[in-house]
Amino acid sequence: MNKEIALELRNITKRFGSKVVANKNVSLTLYKGEILSLLGENGSGKTTLMNMISGIYFPDEGEILVDGKPAVIASPKDAYAYKIGMIHQHFKLVETFSASENIVLGNNEPYNLKKINKRVCEIADRYGFVIDPKKKVHDMSVSEKQTVEIIKALYRGSDILILDEPTAVLTPQEIAGLFDVLRKMRDDGKSVIIITHKLNEVLEISDRVSILRKGEYIGTVNTAETNEKELTEMMVGKKVDLKINRVLIEKKKPLLEIRNLEVKSDIGSTAIKDISFYIRGGEILGVAGISGCGQKELCEAIAGLRKPEKGQIMHKGESIIGLPAREIIKKGISMSFIPEDRLGMGLAPSFSMTDNMMLKIYNEGHSPFVRRKKSRENAEALIKKLGIVTPSTETPVRRLSGGNVQKILVGREIESGPNVIVTAYPVRGLDINSSYQIYDILNEQKKKGVGIVFVGEDLDVMLALCDKILVLCHGEVMGVVHASKTTKEELGMMMTGSLDLTNVKEYGIARDSNLSEEEWSAAAAEDNTVRGEE
Amino acid sequence: MITTIIVNAIRMGTIFLFGCLGEILTEKAGHLNLGIPGIMCIGATGGGFAVKLYAGNVTEVNGLVLVILSILGTMLFAGLAGLIYSFLTVTMNANQNVTGLTMTTFGVGFMKFFAKRIYDQKLYVSVSGYFKNLFGFEKSSNAFAQIFLSHGVLVYLSILTAILLTLFLKKSRFGLYLRSIGESPATADAAGINVTKYKYVFIILGSAISGLGGLYYVMDRSAGTQFAEAAIDSFGWMAVALVIASLWKPIFAVFGSIVFGGLSIMDAQLKTLSLSDQKLFALLPYLITVIVLIVVSMLKLKDNQPPSYLGQTYFREDR
Repeated sequence: MNKEIALELRNITKRFGSKVVANKNVSLTLYKGEILSLLGENGSGKTTLMNMISGIYFPDEGEILVDGKPAVIASPKDAYAYKIGMIHQHFKLVETFSASENIVLGNNEPYNLKKINKRVCEIADRYGFVIDPKKKVHDMSVSEKQTVEIIKALYRGSDILILDEPTAVLTPQEIAGLFDVLRKMRDDGKSVIIITHKLNEVLEISDRVSILRKGEYIGTVNTAETNEKELTEMMVGKKVDLKINRVLIEKKKPLLEIRNLEVKSDIGSTAIKDISFYIRGGEILGVAGISGCGQKELCEAIAGLRKPEKGQIMHKGESIIGLPAREIIKKGISMSFIPEDRLGMGLAPSFSMTDNMMLKIYNEGHSPFVRRKKSRENAEALIKKLGIVTPSTETPVRRLSGGNVQKILVGREIESGPNVIVTAYPVRGLDINSSYQIYDILNEQKKKGVGIVFVGEDLDVMLALCDKILVLCHGEVMGVVHASKTTKEELGMMMTGSLDLTNVKEYGIARDSNLSEEEWSAAAAEDNTVRGEE
Repeated sequence: MITTIIVNAIRMGTIFLFGCLGEILTEKAGHLNLGIPGIMCIGATGGGFAVKLYAGNVTEVNGLVLVILSILGTMLFAGLAGLIYSFLTVTMNANQNVTGLTMTTFGVGFMKFFAKRIYDQKLYVSVSGYFKNLFGFEKSSNAFAQIFLSHGVLVYLSILTAILLTLFLKKSRFGLYLRSIGESPATADAAGINVTKYKYVFIILGSAISGLGGLYYVMDRSAGTQFAEAAIDSFGWMAVALVIASLWKPIFAVFGSIVFGGLSIMDAQLKTLSLSDQKLFALLPYLITVIVLIVVSMLKLKDNQPPSYLGQTYFREDR
């Protein structure tokens, strides 16, 4: 193989402060017309390294060569001059601007929207994107936003594209579409660096894989000559069992029963339409669906943060609708929702771990003063138990890496000893090792007889971890299937609404319900009269 | 009667309009400058200096030169105040609200301090005519001419500024840069826009424009009769409220300023009302602002919201 080198990194080192070394002596080569995967755990310095190529950070030591010549990339502007474009994990788009306005931003050219729109469409056609150049970003789906980001880089004539975890928020279909586009770019002679945690994607899309571990360069392998096991070992530094265990335990009575639930979204449209399901103790119920299909509203309705329009939520036979969130927590129902930006819900970013622990238990004491000591002890216990990496319990949580933040969030919920856990995207953006730790935590709770609602996005994981999977499509249930008896393809079809099992099979009604059918009807009737009075 | 009210509303509104346009420019850069009331006072002082230095030292006053010099003096002083604000909030990352309020306190004191040294009522009144009728439009009793042609040069300048600002924000590349900085500085930065540079430029320019409101009040609206005792800062707060009421749109600000202007002269027009009822009108602009805020948030108009990064500091390597 005698390919031209597009980009070369030599002995790059980057420190933050005097203690934290994000990258240490990293060397990397990128050829023209190839897709290189950059693999590493959370906090292994992948994003930092890429930020140095795109001009967000400046390396402390080492040099970067573009087309064989030393390059000084001190700002994003310089990066564009070297034809390097980066698609950040958190999109850098102005929400109130249209696609074209975002694309042309910062590009020194006459501001003529008509011409710009035309060029945007040309680029889109060439690589097989679908885009409306006049659409405002705040009206776009995640995948559309990503398209805008990629076109922005291409519009500026980037030959090197860096994508930071582009697949984390996409559906299987959207990922396939993105990969098609990336392959077209490669065939066009462009070089692509893609950061991802998902090994199957690495194997599918890339030509070579470079691995970082704790900021150090471990090695590069040809994708054709490697497998998941080898990659994981290089990444983690030790052998890891890649199997997720599904703990099988005896069936228990339903803990949470939901019937005919209807919930509205923030903008007033119906987010959850007439859904029924139940969850037993010692069971993990997966909730699958394309993002934004009502998962958030469902979680919020259970946690008492959003008032349902109609329907019943019964916890051990008692209705919890209308109860304040605090009462619901007291009953042992805990919710942890990891939003796309991870910090958005559940933790106060600039609070320390101790303070965040305190947020959940502040009303337990009887004196007007808070007891920091107990929370600090809890925090320390959690650090030990889950292997959280943090300088101290007093460090603001926003300074920690994503994986550690998520461990704190999930860990804190479990600490309160719940009997129902609702967790949404608990492994979002986590590397393999941390993800497995989270699965272990959930399985441990399951063994204790806790009922778990697991809202997830990775179907492979859900098939392995969950007992049953409920599939949502635009707020409607497409069916509940046993994880051991279904396939990824079937789930995919249900997610897109092309397969509806609700007519085929009865679902969502537990035979051994905590309430008799008469009691359910009475609850529904009472619900109707209450609403009628309103 | 109606014509008089409209004419006076436009004139009174011009004070608010200048302050408002400057603040729109500043807020579009993501900075909430609560120093605008003070900066208007500082601007008025700068204009006063120019008037005193030029008109006080020449025998034959050229109206055009006087107006231009006083505009430049105003913009210089107000711009310098904007520079201080920018340095504190952009470079030093100081809290914008605290810095702004300090600038207001400082500005009011600044004007009062220099009032004794530069204010000469006889001189100011004698040259105020140049500001009021520079173009020599005819004084006609015709309603149309009264409403559209009877004003001083600064009134037309304020409306011209509003139009230019609209075109700048909507149609120009740099307007796009400015808006992106206020909406998402990280995006602008990643797109290769020098965030710090543009923030300085637009905050200083915004302050300079705001300052003209002070000059207009002293030389035109009060015809040189008010200086040290002028309540320019209270007009400044109206200007800040007008920014919100006009949804950060310069053209809306023109109409909004006339409404605000009309309401604030209403007490003088309605002598039949009791004093406390008259004061009710002074309250209305703020009430309108609140109503606009409520309506906009109820309609969930995503395009008519304040710049999303308004009031926050930006530091590239922060996380």
